[in-house]
Amino acid sequence: MRITQGCFSFLPDLTDEQIAKQIQYCLESNWAVNLEFTDDPHPRNTYWEMWGLPMFDLKDAAGVMMELAGCRKAHAGKYIRLTAFDSRHGWESVKLSFIVGRPAGEQGFTLVRQESGGRNIRYTTRAYATDRPEGHRYDE
Amino acid sequence: MNEAGIPDAAPAEVDLRAEFDSAGISEVLARLDRELVGLAPVKTRIREISSLLLVERVRRKFALSSEPPTLHMSFTGNPGTGKTTVAMQMADILHKLGFVRRGHLVSVTRDDLVGQYIGHTAPKTKEILKKAMGGVLFIDEAYYLYRPENERDYGQEAIEILLQVMENQRDDLVVILAGYSDRMDKFFSSNPGFRSRIAHHIDFPDYTNEELLRIAEILLARQNYRMSFAAREALVAYIDARRKQPHFSNARSIRNALDRARLRHANRIFDAGGVVSMDALSTIDAPDILASRVFREAS
Repeated sequence: MRITQGCFSFLPDLTDEQIAKQIQYCLESNWAVNLEFTDDPHPRNTYWEMWGLPMFDLKDAAGVMMELAGCRKAHAGKYIRLTAFDSRHGWESVKLSFIVGRPAGEQGFTLVRQESGGRNIRYTTRAYATDRPEGHRYDE
Repeated sequence: MNEAGIPDAAPAEVDLRAEFDSAGISEVLARLDRELVGLAPVKTRIREISSLLLVERVRRKFALSSEPPTLHMSFTGNPGTGKTTVAMQMADILHKLGFVRRGHLVSVTRDDLVGQYIGHTAPKTKEILKKAMGGVLFIDEAYYLYRPENERDYGQEAIEILLQVMENQRDDLVVILAGYSDRMDKFFSSNPGFRSRIAHHIDFPDYTNEELLRIAEILLARQNYRMSFAAREALVAYIDARRKQPHFSNARSIRNALDRARLRHANRIFDAGGVVSMDALSTIDAPDILASRVFREAS
């Protein structure tokens, strides 16, 4: 099941050229661009790991693309997303976030039903990937 | 491409002059001539390089060349001969011709590239490279990167990363190495990788005394000052004396001398007290220059 998180996720995956254009837009808006990766695709997982430091003071997207290439090489088969942070006073938050890398096979989620008191049922989504230990979730 | 997305028929000929004017290079070159005193060989080389790039650009239009040309340069010359100033203009020229995308200049030295402990150098160098992408990376006193006397020096690591990016990302970034001629020669002979990746070597000559005097006049005029006749005479003597002393750095020494002269000038008119005329406020007189330490040491 294809994960849809952040911007553009209902579109086909962006090409590198399209990603570079998005990055250039972020840089020209004076946002700091970050790269993050994870192998836990649950939508409530907000703790993605950072690839290097946020990139401030860049002028051109080529610098971010260089880092992205490095991240894809080191973390092939994980989810990689790019976030752009606006540090201006009053905003201080992420303004754009989209997925720039995903594993080859996305197994999707299972719905867990928990019977609780009074014939209530609690529902939980669980990624099949997280059955396996961290770091080996998308190994073939 | 036209609106329908069909490639237009390639024009059979192109007006180089029109191409030159439309790129706005003539303006940059004229500014170079106007603002930089002397440096005739440098200006000639820059003109040559711009023509080369212009022709390259036209050739690209005709699909005669597709490989990005090697544009990395080395600027050699004594301190204060205008290497950084020319590098900034160079970034502008490259940007106008479309060989770099943004046209900014990132000026660094060894300290910005090389770390202090293991594992510190690569992120530091990459950080700078990322900032310089799309523009020009100017490495001042580049020979400090290589310290043969210390085999565990981290400079080597920075050099390797630099070389890799200089080779693989030629269309993203132009590197200009700068430094004193003799030490740069030694640096290149011990790092053949750099030598072969640099297309243009430009040597900056020292300024003559007359040129330095003209620079001084331009610097003062820019700040709405002028020199009295006696001050001009004093400055001629000053330049002559200063050149013979150690740590002479051409235009930079002159700029510093003028800064000190302005200090003394301000002090002098303040001590005189009373009402000052606009003329007195903007005229540097001989005592302001003659009070310099250079004259005491020369005698």
